[in-house]
Amino acid sequence: MNETLDVVLDVLAAVCLLGGAVLTLAAGVGLVRFPDLLARMHTATKPQVLGLILMMLGLALRLRSGPVMWMLLLVALFQMLTSPVAAHMVARAGYRTGKVRKELLVVDELTRDLELAHAEVAQAEVAQSAPDRAAQDEADPPARADQDGDGPVS
Amino acid sequence: MIVVVIICAVLLTISAGLALVRAEKGPSMLDRTIALDIVTSTIVGAIALEAAWSRRIDTVPILVAVALVGFVGSVTIARFASVEPEGEGRVLTREEIAAAESERLDAETTALESSDPEHHGGPAQGEVRE
Repeated sequence: MNETLDVVLDVLAAVCLLGGAVLTLAAGVGLVRFPDLLARMHTATKPQVLGLILMMLGLALRLRSGPVMWMLLLVALFQMLTSPVAAHMVARAGYRTGKVRKELLVVDELTRDLELAHAEVAQAEVAQSAPDRAAQDEADPPARADQDGDGPVS
Repeated sequence: MIVVVIICAVLLTISAGLALVRAEKGPSMLDRTIALDIVTSTIVGAIALEAAWSRRIDTVPILVAVALVGFVGSVTIARFASVEPEGEGRVLTREEIAAAESERLDAETTALESSDPEHHGGPAQGEVRE
């Protein structure tokens, strides 16, 4: 009975290891084939993390010892915690340094929101500078002649 | 088991090789960072595979350490990434390096000759020459 259980667990472990290796290969292929930074970043996180989790599962099924299982769980947990952080940082740096190819994006909410925010800030500055200037002109009439011709201070 | 381990090792090797191809080609620093991230994860996978094959548990702490530290590199590079000039992120071929070098030498000699004809093109001020 115990031997059959061993064989079953070993086969399961082998399947998990194979799946993990195939997903890692998929990540490598995607890395070479995908056209721009964001797509490559996405291969580096999704198939990569799932592949690593499968390999850890396979290793845990093969080793079958309690404390080691916890450490492998920790490895999977760290991967799931750290790879989104790394991907986010890379994407942010890529967007800011202009590595994003706009024509490949289906939706670009960040650019839209940034433009909206810039427009709002500009409106607020115009609205703020107009009463300021009126108040300044009232308080200091002789200076008005000097200020004529200057644009609004913003 | 040995067949599975060999197949997995081949797949992992191919994956690491493709990641290295991207690290060589990658038009920007960030692409290379991602590629090296994948290489790190592949190394974790390879260590796990070896541990599964020989049923050893002493390499498992290495997995924890590499999984924890692996992302530090990409985050650091991403934090300090700046706009790179066009065409800068590429490994030059031998001919291009030779052309650039000869161009530089030509510019240097013409600058040297034109700077001070009376003194037979002596070295520029403050320049140390043997």
